[in-house]
Amino acid sequence: MKNGLRAFSLAARPARPVVVPPGDPRDRGGPAQPLLLVESLRKYFPVSGGVFNRRIGDVKAVDGISFAVFKGETLGVVGESGCGKSTLARLVVGLIPSNSGSVVFDGDPVGGSNGLTLRELRRNLQIVFQDSDASLNPRLPVEESIAYGPRVHGVTRAAAKQTAHDLLRRVGLRPDLFASRYPHELSGGQKQRVNIARALALSPRMLILDEAVSALDKSIEAQVLNLLRYLKSHFNLTYIFISHDLNVVHYIADRVMVMYLGQVVEIGPADAIYSEPKHPYTRALLDSRLAVDPIDRIEAAPLTGDPPNPITPPSGCRFRTRCAFAEDVCTAKAPALGGWRDPAAHLAACHMADRQSGHSRAGQTLPATERPLVSIEARLA
Amino acid sequence: MSGATARPLVEVRNLTVKFAGRDETVCAVNGVSFTLMAGEVLCVIGESGSGKSVTMRALMGLLPKRRAIVEGDIRVAEHDIQALDEPRLAQLRGSLMAMIFQEPMTALDPVYTIGAQIAEAVRRHAHASRQAAMARALELLQLVKVPSPERRLKAYPHELSGGMRQRAMIAIALACQPALLLADEPTTALDATVQVQVLILLRKLQKEFGMGLIFVTHDLGVAAQIADRVAVMYAGRIVEEGSARDVLMNPRHPYTIGMLASTLHGRVRGRDIEAIPGSPPDMRALPRGCSFAPRCRFAAAACLETEPRLSQAFPSHSVACSRVGELSTPAALAVS
Amino acid sequence: MAQAMFSFAQSHEIDTPPPVAPRRGYWRTVQRRLRGDYVTLFFLSIILLLVLAAILAPLIAPFDPDKTSMLYRLKPIGYRHFLLGTDELGRDMLSRLIYGGRMSLMMGLVPVVLATCIGGFFGVVAGFLGGWVNMLIMRVTDIFYAFPSVLLAVAISGTMGGGVANGLLALTLVFIPSLCRVTEAATTQIRSRDFVDAARVSGASSLSIIFYHMLRNIMGPVLIYASSLISVSILLASGLSFLGLGVEPPTADWGLMLSTLRQSIYVQPLVCALPGAAIFIASLSFNLVSDGLRQAMDIKA
Repeated sequence: MKNGLRAFSLAARPARPVVVPPGDPRDRGGPAQPLLLVESLRKYFPVSGGVFNRRIGDVKAVDGISFAVFKGETLGVVGESGCGKSTLARLVVGLIPSNSGSVVFDGDPVGGSNGLTLRELRRNLQIVFQDSDASLNPRLPVEESIAYGPRVHGVTRAAAKQTAHDLLRRVGLRPDLFASRYPHELSGGQKQRVNIARALALSPRMLILDEAVSALDKSIEAQVLNLLRYLKSHFNLTYIFISHDLNVVHYIADRVMVMYLGQVVEIGPADAIYSEPKHPYTRALLDSRLAVDPIDRIEAAPLTGDPPNPITPPSGCRFRTRCAFAEDVCTAKAPALGGWRDPAAHLAACHMADRQSGHSRAGQTLPATERPLVSIEARLA
Repeated sequence: MSGATARPLVEVRNLTVKFAGRDETVCAVNGVSFTLMAGEVLCVIGESGSGKSVTMRALMGLLPKRRAIVEGDIRVAEHDIQALDEPRLAQLRGSLMAMIFQEPMTALDPVYTIGAQIAEAVRRHAHASRQAAMARALELLQLVKVPSPERRLKAYPHELSGGMRQRAMIAIALACQPALLLADEPTTALDATVQVQVLILLRKLQKEFGMGLIFVTHDLGVAAQIADRVAVMYAGRIVEEGSARDVLMNPRHPYTIGMLASTLHGRVRGRDIEAIPGSPPDMRALPRGCSFAPRCRFAAAACLETEPRLSQAFPSHSVACSRVGELSTPAALAVS
Repeated sequence: MAQAMFSFAQSHEIDTPPPVAPRRGYWRTVQRRLRGDYVTLFFLSIILLLVLAAILAPLIAPFDPDKTSMLYRLKPIGYRHFLLGTDELGRDMLSRLIYGGRMSLMMGLVPVVLATCIGGFFGVVAGFLGGWVNMLIMRVTDIFYAFPSVLLAVAISGTMGGGVANGLLALTLVFIPSLCRVTEAATTQIRSRDFVDAARVSGASSLSIIFYHMLRNIMGPVLIYASSLISVSILLASGLSFLGLGVEPPTADWGLMLSTLRQSIYVQPLVCALPGAAIFIASLSFNLVSDGLRQAMDIKA
């Protein structure tokens, strides 16, 4: 299956202009208006302890996150465990209430007196979870699981079943073979396809994929990623793709957001982030990727130790306890991420990226690491 | 390779493992043979259902006696694992061979401190006094680079992070300096930055103690990072085996080629990944002939009839594919 | 781009056919496993016999169970046409056993069914809503749970006076807490699974989620537990009647028969043991069948 596309070069390119196909009747505000706008979102989970089970602190799972997702793009969200990306997914979809902050969908605020209700939001925004097995009701045939959403919104049983069959075909599962099967009869990849079909049953405009391919075998993961790309273009979707796997995100995302301990540390076009990261944490993550060449082995770990305690995060910049370039200004002041509404901007929440921060390396790019990632690219070249 | 006349540390010949369930019998491992020399690192690569974990457990004699039917020859340092009874096996585990698992939270006992668990491992095999065992536990925690080891000795597993717990498990495994270390996907559940640290640590310790290490993983990058030799398993059989360089840089079996092609890198952006079509086979009903044939780009009619044997197609590189001779030219591989 | 998309649409059926396992619903698998379990099937047939006998009592009982006869008091098994002998008032044992079976089965099944409905309702509410509602319901349940079931049944029944209705009520009250607890545990476990979250994200109301998605997953463990309670219920009911708190004479009931035949145990020991044997067989059958059901339904698929 050779096609005419040439490989992209790795040099940073400006972000692709986002094209919303004409005629999407639900579009309000055109391409310049972000489809999803999240501002200062916070979620603290209380921690109880002590003799009387009092609240002794909060796990600051998501602590002041602001970002925008533009129509037709795929925003990749990366970070390690404890960074809050899964909590973020559940917050946006409304499965858990936030402590503060706002979510605006295509110009309409969610919640509040005049805003979108959760039910209305969910017609436009759906989610696919990581555990493909737990996401399906074991006592229902898969077509019923898919048809449930439409039926809840008033579609007749027959029409919903037809939609389910159509979607099964779209995700690559033949309805005559798979529609009346139970989840335990399917493999992991097939179950995940069913989950994707279920998410699409309400014709949403946006899909959040929360580690949707992480639990799949590598060969199946590749199939599902191809499927996701196809569905995105066929159904005019916008994606938020959450993953801990940097290679997958590099493949599928247009822009990437890097999270650490409940905050955004870097955001920008995918190629820019992967070729010239501005935040030391992003650099460390990228350098921790393993090459498939046995000659090219990592000799020294780019990042040592563990992330700090989310109940009592470090003052100022949260990454300073593990950062090779930390200085006094990093302890005193937390770096801000300004200008995040600009779709083409490449920003890092780091004093080194800010010319006026007072850091000794302010305004300079990160020094190059000794080990450039000589991976499969060089071998295939 | 030095020591060409030295006996291998591990010798497995025609290992077959069948699980007798209520409804059907599953053949999880089907005629697997390999050897491991002392001080060598072998990586077994495979996806779910390939039989890699079952093979590891068979090596340690950990499979349930009633449900699992194990056939074949398993030798670790001259001991015939199949012939040993449970008490003798228990003696060997920890002293001769040790294992570290994927989920440190479930592999460690939650009601005992880390120090107590390491000390227990020391005392079982070295018969040391309690103080001596604790001292050794402290030494081991320092060896695995756990920060503030004195404090961590008294910590419970749930108080430690994932990476820390994995290091604790390595410390327990190394307590009696085993000659063979088995690792069943120990870094799969860890973050990338922690995974790198643990892999570097494992390689360093392996070299320091001259242990043989068999490392099971599904990740080709991990194999590249740590392996001297690589064996690729599919549907209970080894389909390709050789030095890490040979297998990962010059794969010959269509499955390995497919795995590498679907390994992601930024270059593939914007077009479909060359995925391996289909799903792994149902282990209860393996197809006749080559088990990979239904998904193989290069399958010929003969592939569906006869099961290919693992044959040494190139020096130190064996492939189980009947068409390996024809597929060795880049031109043949490029055809699709 | 269009080229790539077209080829993907063509190659949609890249999945090999689904696993070889034939299309099987959950309940059909359970049936199949039960068919191979001979012990369970045997005791299931005993239960069926008991139920049939109870339903067809008027047709199959050889004599009127209440007809006394001073002449034929305490006759042994097989005496003339009294197949199982007579009791201390000359009534035919077989007929009384058959009619007694009706009573005992009813006292065994009705409280469990009622308790499942009521306790199940509270359990689902507690499990689904969580928070203070859960705490309130479960702590009240705990209070009742603290009493041993026999004493509780006796206490309730004794306070309200004897009689069948009060006995049923007492037994129902005894079983509600444990069924509530089991249902709450099952509901809480199911509620935390992703598919419930997925249903919420579809925009469904809570009631819809409970009835459509959760109930069919909760039913399994709850039914198994409830069926194991039937044997306990039979025993407790017999105990209540034995103490004079449940069924009132002259109604035939196994527990009551045991009580009245107690004094005659040295005269006709076999006859006097018959009601006890009936209780034992009924209770054991329900117990073993519920066990077998649990094993058959415990499919790790």
